[in-house]
Amino acid sequence: MAAAALTDRAVEIAPGVHWVGALDPHLRSFDIILKTANGTSYNSYVVRGENGVAIIDTVKENFADDFFRRLESVARYDEITTIVLNHLEPDHSGALPELLKRAPQAKVYLSSRAQMMLKALLKPSGEKPPEYIPVTTDDEVDLGGRTLRFLHTPYLHWPDTQCTYLVEDGLLFTGDIFGCHFCDNRLFNDTVGDFRFSFEYYYAHIMRPFREYVLDAIALIEPLAINLIAPAHGPILRHAPRDYVHRYRELATPRLFNEARSEKTLVVFYISAYGNTRRMAESLAAGAESIGGVRVSLYDLEGGESGIFTDLIEEADGLAFGSPTINADAVKPIWDVLSSLTTVNIKGKLGAAFGSYGWSGEAVRLIEDRLRGLKMRVPVEGLRIKLVPDAGELEACRDLGEQLARHLTGKVEHREIDMAALA
Amino acid sequence: MPKAKVTFQDIGVTVTVPAGTRLIEVSEKVGAGITYGCREGECCTCLTKIVSGGEFLAPPSILEDQVLKDNMAPRGHRLACQAQIIGGDIVVKPA
Repeated sequence: MAAAALTDRAVEIAPGVHWVGALDPHLRSFDIILKTANGTSYNSYVVRGENGVAIIDTVKENFADDFFRRLESVARYDEITTIVLNHLEPDHSGALPELLKRAPQAKVYLSSRAQMMLKALLKPSGEKPPEYIPVTTDDEVDLGGRTLRFLHTPYLHWPDTQCTYLVEDGLLFTGDIFGCHFCDNRLFNDTVGDFRFSFEYYYAHIMRPFREYVLDAIALIEPLAINLIAPAHGPILRHAPRDYVHRYRELATPRLFNEARSEKTLVVFYISAYGNTRRMAESLAAGAESIGGVRVSLYDLEGGESGIFTDLIEEADGLAFGSPTINADAVKPIWDVLSSLTTVNIKGKLGAAFGSYGWSGEAVRLIEDRLRGLKMRVPVEGLRIKLVPDAGELEACRDLGEQLARHLTGKVEHREIDMAALA
Repeated sequence: MPKAKVTFQDIGVTVTVPAGTRLIEVSEKVGAGITYGCREGECCTCLTKIVSGGEFLAPPSILEDQVLKDNMAPRGHRLACQAQIIGGDIVVKPA
């Protein structure tokens, strides 16, 4: 954070529009999963119209005093007609219960999916929820000469998220999208320090798992005339705001041209102590290839880094994991990969597990449970083979690969089974 | 015990189940593409399209109805963690 102190007053970002947020320069990790080397900011905004005042988002609870001091420098509580909640995560809604007490007449505008979160948020206060209005794309609020128009942009990065566009001024209040954890009291992107790394780091850790939703949001945002982007964290983007929209489109688009675009892709990861699980992997891969329409890649986890594997996994249609069982568990490199997937979207991908074992062979079932926990589908029961696979067992591996390929390509034959036969 | 049939269209599997079974109890075991989050009817992760046979599912509870409404679920959709099969033939697929 720059050394000069920010006053307690609001900062004008456009005529009649003020930043009333708070700076948190000493925060060093956010939500446990993100490092914040120079802290963060919680951006909240006030928009004044002829007939009312709108507050857009609030701040983390322990910074409520800063927020209220700045708010009081530009508006009275009885002037507040509108509270917009673009995102209800506690770092943006922490001061909301108190704001509702001070401005009980205000109507709250939020996305449909935010309603239950609002109720959960206000539970401890025991107070009656305020009047709230669920809104979606193109719904508007007239502040008198100024119009707030909503954009339904869910999953950026919670189900409740939305953006709010100040039509006459071309200002876009975006919640977490286009934000970053970067604390600098100069506030604006053309005056703060170099925050490019923070901007991309934030995308990579917060938005990347939702890249399809990012692209949906960009499609709504790109046609707008935008003079300034006001995110809920980090610098306010008043210089070349459209560049940041373009950058988000680039970040959310697959990095390399997909040579296998007309085929499904199956990535087989394995690790092997004595070559038995490796032989299983090779047979599985050969079986999958034999079906046609599936491009198979084989990777030994001993020869790679988790970041590369994460990229591969994000792009794959199907994933098979092979691990021996050592001390009644899958081995650590498998868990390292399977615990590093929170930054990509793997929901609904096809998953499978296999492995050789000596005594009890727990690894396969444990991996399958993890794949299901990651919201992957596991339609084919995994394969456990005791020690050295013989020709018949390698044929079973091949068959597993064929079944996976059929599921990927929609060639699976209809089956009828009784529930009693399911494990 | 009365039986019912539920077909998971995305994976081409029909399962004969006892009446009273919830979709969640079957779909994961057969590896259907319906995925789960909270498993308690709150998060809407398991939103499922009922392709046919919706009348053979027990009506949604007040809670499920509210969650479907809050999440703007289209008609003919249910939460797989809540929907209980009461008989007949039902065809489902991930939303």
